[in-house]
Order: sequence, then C-alpha cells, then structure tokens
Amino acid sequence: MFEFCTDPTALPDWQWMACYLTTGKHMAFYNAFGTVLLLLAITAPAALALGLAGATAARGRLWPVRAIGRVYISIVRGVPDIAFFLFFVIALDQGFEWLRHQALCPDWDQPIRQGSDFLVCPEAKLPLTTAPEAVHQAYGFFLAVISYAIVFGAFTANVLYGAMNTVPRAQMETAEAYGMTPRQAFWRVMFPQMWVYALPGLSNVWMILIKATPLLFLLGVSDIVYWARELGGAKVAQFSDYPHPDWRAWYFLFLLVFYLAFTAVSERIFARLTRRLSRGQATVAGEALRKGAA
Amino acid sequence: MTCGETFEAYALRAIGIGERLLPQTDFTLCQQFVLIGSGMVWNLYFAVLALSFGFFLAAAVAVARTSHNPLIRKPAEWFVFLFRGSPLFIQFFFAYYLFVLLPREGIDINLGFVEITADTRWLTRAWAGALIVLVLNTAAYSAEIFYGALNSVPKGDVEAADAYGISGWTRFRRIVWPTALRLAWPAYTNEAIFLFHATTLVFFSGFPTRGQQGDALYYANYFADKTFNPFVPYPILAGYFILGTLAIIWGFGRINRHLNRHLPQAVRQPIRFRPNYIR
Amino acid sequence: MNRLLTATAALAVLAGSALAQDTIRMGTEGAYPPYNFINDAGEIDGFERELGDEMCARAGLTCEWVTNDWDSIIPNLVSGNYDTIIAGMSITDERDEVIDFTQAYMPPDPSTYVGLAGTEIDPTTAVIAAQTGTIQAAHIAAIGGALMEFPTPDDTIAAVRNGEADAVLADSDYLAPIVEASGGELDYVAPDVMLGGGIGMGVRESDTELKATFDAVITEMKEDGTLNPMIVKWFGEDAQVWE
Repeated sequence: MFEFCTDPTALPDWQWMACYLTTGKHMAFYNAFGTVLLLLAITAPAALALGLAGATAARGRLWPVRAIGRVYISIVRGVPDIAFFLFFVIALDQGFEWLRHQALCPDWDQPIRQGSDFLVCPEAKLPLTTAPEAVHQAYGFFLAVISYAIVFGAFTANVLYGAMNTVPRAQMETAEAYGMTPRQAFWRVMFPQMWVYALPGLSNVWMILIKATPLLFLLGVSDIVYWARELGGAKVAQFSDYPHPDWRAWYFLFLLVFYLAFTAVSERIFARLTRRLSRGQATVAGEALRKGAA
Repeated sequence: MTCGETFEAYALRAIGIGERLLPQTDFTLCQQFVLIGSGMVWNLYFAVLALSFGFFLAAAVAVARTSHNPLIRKPAEWFVFLFRGSPLFIQFFFAYYLFVLLPREGIDINLGFVEITADTRWLTRAWAGALIVLVLNTAAYSAEIFYGALNSVPKGDVEAADAYGISGWTRFRRIVWPTALRLAWPAYTNEAIFLFHATTLVFFSGFPTRGQQGDALYYANYFADKTFNPFVPYPILAGYFILGTLAIIWGFGRINRHLNRHLPQAVRQPIRFRPNYIR
Repeated sequence: MNRLLTATAALAVLAGSALAQDTIRMGTEGAYPPYNFINDAGEIDGFERELGDEMCARAGLTCEWVTNDWDSIIPNLVSGNYDTIIAGMSITDERDEVIDFTQAYMPPDPSTYVGLAGTEIDPTTAVIAAQTGTIQAAHIAAIGGALMEFPTPDDTIAAVRNGEADAVLADSDYLAPIVEASGGELDYVAPDVMLGGGIGMGVRESDTELKATFDAVITEMKEDGTLNPMIVKWFGEDAQVWE
C-alpha cells in the first residue's frame, strides 16, 4: 500500500501499523463488511415478504393454505440456523442441480448417485465448472440469501401473525359494520395498524439476523468474523511479514464496536418508525405523543 | 450392540455417565439418535435455566427502562444495548477470555470479621460460564420486548384503572404488566425459541468441551465428521430441535391463551364458499 | 462482483494439451500453516499452494483455488463443489471409504505434546487440549486422558498459555513454528506419537482419471527430485522427506 512497506521489520511502530492495517488480507476484511451489509440489504426485504406471505397463509380461510402457512412457520422456526446451514444448503444446491440435470440431460445414462458421489452431467452443474470464480462466489452468496430468507421469514411470519391478531377487534368489527369485505378490512384497517404491534418483534428479528451473519462462512462466504479470526490468530515470522501474538481480542473488540454501532443506527431507525406508527394509535405511546403535541 | 444396549451405554453420555469411548466404527442410526439425544440434555439445561433467570431479570430491566430517574434508566439502557447489540459468539469469547484471567486459586474476600475464598474456577466451565452469558443475553432481548409492550398498553386500560382508584404498584401488577405481557407474548415466544437454538453455540464457538461431553450439535458434528454424511446427523438434530421448539410453542401457547382468556375470541365463521360464476 | 472474492486466485496455464480447457477446482482450508494459509496479501499460500500449482502446470490443467470450512470439506467434494481436496489431509481408512486419495505427497508427520517449558506431563492423566474433531482429539479420548476440545487451533495454544490445559496435542508441523516463535515459553513436554498416515490429495471416487493424472505427477516429482526441496523449503531442514 505505502512505499515504505517493503521491509516491515525495520519500521517504527506507527508505520508498521499503517502497513499492517493495509495488507491485502486486511482489505479483504474491510470488503467483507460490504458483503455482510449487502446480504442484509437483500435478505431483510426477502424475509419480510416471505413472512407476510406466511402470516397471511396461516390466517387463510382455506385449510390447505392455512396448513402450509402453519407448517412453514413451526417447522422452520424449529431448526437452529446452524444445523439448517450445515445440511440444508448442500441439499438445496443438489436439488437445483438435479432439476437442471433432468431438464438439460435427458439422455444421461449414468446414475446420479455413485456411492457417496453426487454426479450430474457437466451442463447441469451450478455454476458451470468453467465459470469464473466470481460466479461461484455469487452463487454461494445467492444460496446464502435464500437460506437466510427462509429461516428469518418464518420468524417474521410469526411476529406478523401475532400482530394481526392484536389489532383491536372492535376496529375490525367497525370495518365490517361499514360494509367492507374481509379483503378491504385487511388492507385498509388491519394492514396499516398491525405494524406498530409488530415492530418490537420485527426489530428483534432484525437484530438477530444481523448477528447471524457469522454463519456465512459455513456457506463458503467469507464474512467479517472469519477474517477477524483469521487475522487475529497468532502469526509467526515464517509465514507473515507481520508476526504478532494472538490478537483476536482486539479484532473482536473492533467487531463489537461495529455491531454496537450498527445496532445503534438500527435502533434509531426503529425508534423513528415506532414514533411514526404510534401516531394516532390508541396506546400509551400514542397517548404520550398526543399529549406532547398538545 | 443392540439398540437397547446402545441406549444404556450412551443415553447419559453427555453428562459423563455410561461408556467412555464414543462409537468409532460401524455407525448405526440408533447410535446417532441416542447420542445426539443425550446431548440435548445440555441444550435443555441451558435453555430452561437461562429463560427462567432471564425472565425476571428482563422484567426488572424493562421496568427500569421506563423509569424517569436517569440513574435507573441509563444503566438498563446500556445493558440492553450492549448485550442486544453484539453477537452471542463475541459475548462468549470475551466471557471466556475474562473468566480464565481470574486467579486460579480463587479470590480472597475480606469481610472484616471473616475471610472467605470465592472459588472462580467453575466460571470457565460451560455449565456456569456459558449459562451466565445466556442469561444476560436473553434478559437483554426480552427486556426490549417487554419495554416495547409496556409502551403499547392501551391507554383506556390505564385510565380505567385510575378511575377505579387503582394506582402505583397495584396498578402495575394488576393492569399494566399483565396487559404488557399479553402483548409481548408472541415476540417473547420467538425469543425463547431463539435462545433455545442459541444454546448450540455454547460448544460450537464458545466454551471447550471436556471428556467429549458436549451438546447435541457436538455429537451431530462428531457423526458428520466420522461418516462424512451430513444428511443423517443434522436432520436428526433438527428433528430433536423441532420437537423442543414445538414443546415451547405449545407451552407458551397455553400461557398465551391464559393471558388472553378474558378477551372476545375471534368468531370463526363457517367457511362459505360461494363461487361467483353462478350468477 | 470482484469485491466478493475472498481468497482465490486463478492460475491460467497456457499449455497446448487437450486438457487445457479443463478447470480443476482445488479445495483447501486456508487455516493450517505451513500446509495452507492465507498470506498477508489475502491469497492462499503455503506448501500445498506451491505444490498444487506445480502439479497443475505439469498436468496442463487450469487450477482454481477455493477455501472451504474443514467440517464440510468432504461433503462438498462429493457434492461436486470442487474437484480435489488439498488441505493437509491424512490418508485414513475411514476417509478412504468415502473418497479416494492420490499417493501421499508428504510422509507421515508425528503429533507432539507442547506445554509450558520446564514441565513434564503424563498424557493419560494431564489435561490435554486439542481441536475438536481431529485425530489428536480422538487419540486422547482413546487413551483415556482428560481431553479438552476447542473449536480452533488458536484456542488450544491459548489454553496452554493461560493454564487451562497442561499441554496441547497437534501435528508437529503446525506446532514447531509456534514453539520456535514463543521464545522459550513453550516446549515439548512428552514423547511424540505417530497418528496419521501420509498426506495425500483427496478426489471423488468416480474421478479415476483425475486421480491417475495427479498420481503420475506426484511420482514424477518424487523421482526428478523437485518434491523434497519443496518440503524442506516449507517445513525446515528437520522435516521428513522422501527417500
């Protein structure tokens, strides 16, 4: 990075530090923050959409729809995310490849399972073996997004389901009395109001999602915790120009600060949202807002 | 070894009772079910105790957060912020890091008339150290949920209490807290499940295992590592956790019904399917 | 998308062979110096990187390096996410049932007990730290010692330093540089034990052609005397080499 970095052993402390903190490995560490934020930015809306679908399904009027919604919510919520990532992602990947194999290679005569090997025709591989590494990375990232969305969608669905049931019953009755159809009553009365009840639960799910990102490494995506561990571990002079003892505590301290800052920002946004959504609601917080305005 | 013998040998392996050596070759489904099930003892131990202690701590912290006195409110806010704002594995790392720094021979506490030695060695053991971290962690998350619920209590309820002359502690205990708990319950159920799942992290990225006595994930990992087939042990693990989670949902659902018993229940109309095409 | 690249580097070999278009994905762990590790530049480095690149060049293959978590390194190979495992993996019967190994490129490496200098331990009674799921952990369990298992190798060293464990048991290749760098704080505290077999490259059982290719290259490198200097370069003068 800097010109004076060619021989780190001879440097004074501050220059050594400057060189150390700008090695390619550290750059990968800094980039990993981008990866994590990108994952969160894609996963959050996906999980919210899945959650909304799950919650409405669980409240559905037709029993098969209701069953699907409830089974999804209770089964996926039941599996710890680590266990889920340790086998589900390989299964998901094999599932995709099997489907492509059926579609693309109808003439393939060899068995797909040979002993413990899983062999599809080369055209069905996802991504293709010849694809550049970036495509492989992107595919791994994509699988991660799907997995996270499925897991956290179930928790979101549960929160939204609870919130829908908490909207004061009298309001729904009033809506019916005004001659609204169930669909109208849902979209005009329940949907706008349920968020204030859902928000504390949603913010908790979000906080837990933020902290589930260290599991990314199980999916082959190198995240900040992986790099922090990797960089913090003791290094000997033989394999690194920057030998140092076990510095993991410092790296984890840095991650702690990052996560706390991220949480603080999230909390401010959620507080604003709560304030915005409490306006005009018949709750203690809504009342406090009304009094404050008066 | 028949399945019955396997059960005798390994059912309590996770707490050090039974066969000392884990299965080495010819892994059977029965061994996997029994050993992973035996590890669940630890997951249940951590979940039940952390939730029980955490609930009361959370209630206290949530109430402290509503206080107008900054000396009470601020520490509660910082506690929630710190434990809710950082990943559990970092909390485990620093907890373990600090616990091993404590002097091995214990801390002498001089009370003036008598000197006692507080043994600190057990803090580095998962059963105590990890439990403390889990209690603090769940207390922070739950406190946030309860705090949100305290703010969502319908104002009519509070006004009605005032009109009846109920105030202070009685109003809190009879009106505000039960309503808040009712509102918080679905989210709190989620938190209980998250905590139950988080117990898998204790040995995965937190504390060392001793004598191969680990939790369910430890044994599932052991089998996946020996058989190189993740599609058997992890689904077994998932199955156990689904059962545990269903138990939590069922138990918490019962409590939820109890909390909501005074409310008008949603009247389910018999489904009348009237297709529109017959006009 | 390039920003997402973790620790991979492509090596394009412009060989005229028919195999030239074939891309072989090499799976490694990237956390086990000197075999494989991530260097300061964030790239995969180490003995196996140099060896693997040389083997690919000789076989006229394009090789691409990927890192994978150790726990799922075999399941991901059989599932086809990469084509070889070159990650300091000892050839054992259990592994051989699921995947195939090329011939060994590293002779068997003894495991050593390392503790605080000046102590001596009895492995059957002392508290021994090892990484979860390693052959060393299995060995301590088998001899009935007081085993403490840690998620990462760094934790095992830390446990010895802070006194939680009396010694750590791990491959001597991994521990030797650490003992050397500790400046006399750490030392060998019990006789070495021989646990694993030689280290070879893992391939899918159905990939017989690839196995044959790499087997031939390893034989060639052993015979023309290029493998031994490479071992000495990474593991030091005392390392075991091929006769």
